[in-house]
Amino acid sequence: MNLCDRRLGDLFQNQVLQEITSEDIVNSCMQRIEALEPKVGAFLSVDGDRAVARAREADRRNFGLGEYPSAVGGVPYAIKDNICVKGWATTCASKILEGYVPVYDATVVTGLDEAGAIILGKTNMDEFAFGSSTENSAFGRTRNPWDLDSVPGGSSGGSAAAVAAGMVPFALGSDTGGSIRQPAALCGVVGMKPTYGLVSRYGLVAFASSLDQIGPITRSVTDCAALLRAVAGHDPRDTTSVDAEIPDYLEGLDAGVKGRRLAYPKELMGEGLAPEVKLAVQNAIHVLEEQGADVEEISLPSLAYAVPVYYLVAPAEASSNLARFDGVRYGFRAPDTDDILSMYEETRAQGFGQEAKRRIMLGTYALSAGYYDAYYGQAQKVRAMIARELAEAFETYDALLSPTSPTTAWPIGERSDDPLAMYLSDICTIPANLAGIPAVSVPCGLAKGLPIGLQVMGPQLGEAAVLQVAFAFEQAFKFRARPPLLDGMPEDPPSTRVRSDAAKFAEFAAGIEQGVVDFTRPLREGDVSSDDGGRGRGGETGETKEADDAGDAGDTGDGG
Amino acid sequence: MGISKKDVEHVAWLARLGLSDEEKERFTVQLGSILEYAERVGEVDTSGVEPMAHATTLTNVFRDDVPTPSLERDEALGSAPEAEDGGFSVPRIV
Repeated sequence: MNLCDRRLGDLFQNQVLQEITSEDIVNSCMQRIEALEPKVGAFLSVDGDRAVARAREADRRNFGLGEYPSAVGGVPYAIKDNICVKGWATTCASKILEGYVPVYDATVVTGLDEAGAIILGKTNMDEFAFGSSTENSAFGRTRNPWDLDSVPGGSSGGSAAAVAAGMVPFALGSDTGGSIRQPAALCGVVGMKPTYGLVSRYGLVAFASSLDQIGPITRSVTDCAALLRAVAGHDPRDTTSVDAEIPDYLEGLDAGVKGRRLAYPKELMGEGLAPEVKLAVQNAIHVLEEQGADVEEISLPSLAYAVPVYYLVAPAEASSNLARFDGVRYGFRAPDTDDILSMYEETRAQGFGQEAKRRIMLGTYALSAGYYDAYYGQAQKVRAMIARELAEAFETYDALLSPTSPTTAWPIGERSDDPLAMYLSDICTIPANLAGIPAVSVPCGLAKGLPIGLQVMGPQLGEAAVLQVAFAFEQAFKFRARPPLLDGMPEDPPSTRVRSDAAKFAEFAAGIEQGVVDFTRPLREGDVSSDDGGRGRGGETGETKEADDAGDAGDTGDGG
Repeated sequence: MGISKKDVEHVAWLARLGLSDEEKERFTVQLGSILEYAERVGEVDTSGVEPMAHATTLTNVFRDDVPTPSLERDEALGSAPEAEDGGFSVPRIV
């Protein structure tokens, strides 16, 4: 298994034990990207040089100064192109932001930077997150790694495809009506939308401010829990961010589901569900029952209105959020216009794609004088009813189960002419956004080679329970399939570090396993630069080392 | 209920969105069918229900009224399609 396929926990341990370097992981991912990107098209931009430079910095920092990495330290990742990275073009897959370079980092980016993670590339998406297939991107197509003629789902299709194809160990996406969970389901990976407000939205280009959340896309529930902890937390720059203590989601993750009361809403298991999806989810329910959970069918009648509510509320908020794209301050401006009004109209006409225009129109109409009460106002009331019904269900049940998507991935182009058909595929995921509750999708089977996702939902701030149920299912079900695209992938490039003498590190490794190693200070005085291997520089050694390293330990670091 | 072409033109005006004739035709049909579907929220008896604007219990999160560092002017103008004399330059307004 290549490094780019490994889980965060293994990558962490491998680095701490100095078996690999961060640069090795980056090189492994870059090789995978080179091999598969021409077929999959997950990325809008990749910056390998920047990643290698950061990896070298991570290697030096982590092992040179005795600071040990967090779960994501030294690990490269992909980030959806609607999340701002300072100095890196962020387009939201729209022509209206082509070439826009943010002057600040999103809070999640700052947090992950500090934890030592490394952005490798920005991923493709539906323009401004409007879509469920990534077909609405202005800059190209992303294909499902399980079947290149099928959609990866959306709007975080690029992020999900990148993780499914093993191009990166994890990615960040955003979810407004299912945009993390649905592509995760269609691409056979884990994707989670946290409680509204758990993860800062500062730096996320807004679609619907009361629904949006950034969340993890990973290959395992454990990784999801680790990553969620790394990005969650109060942010004074996001006034909708929750000020609650963030638990360690890894602790107690394996609590199991014995005696847990779970339920599935029959409204999400009925009409419109493909038979193979229904079978897979029913099987998943049996698996959980075998693990000791008590699963019942319940009825939540208001869920029948979730999609119409969403397609009034979300476009309304989007129409307001997209008013700023007017050619004045950033992005595309239509040339040759005589007055400000034509400049606005032409810029937006030429800069926005069809789905963006449709949603702006829909939202503007729903908010306009004479229609506000019947549309947006009424939708807000039905939203309250949906949220209340779900909250009441959680008074009895620990978590709710459903399919994530009513179907598996469909052929590219099949639904792109029928916007309403596309919207109806969000039926299972939308309720969690409307109610602001956490929800995760975990793979629960394949049908004709295409993945199916099981969704687990919980009450607000109930991430721990949601992850425990998902973990219990994942461990019992053992979904091990990988996209056939990955068959015969070449071995990793050679390591950048000189292979260490195993015996030399035996004591160190033993110490870690026995828990006697104290990670809060440098391990052994004088150990820092006595062996070049710890820096991962391979052949090029002490000569290129920064002077401060030699100063730290008083050793000469003369290139081992 | 559907939507008329005139409605589409009015909404496009409100949204400052220039639409081609072909787009106006297409959107009249598409928005009509989407709205017809969305209108079913009207079936629900919402008497006595307070509207829900968002999913948190937070309201009006304030900080102290103390100036803190913000974006430098040149940074703010850095992405401007056109800038002049420390401001964003646009076609004539009046």
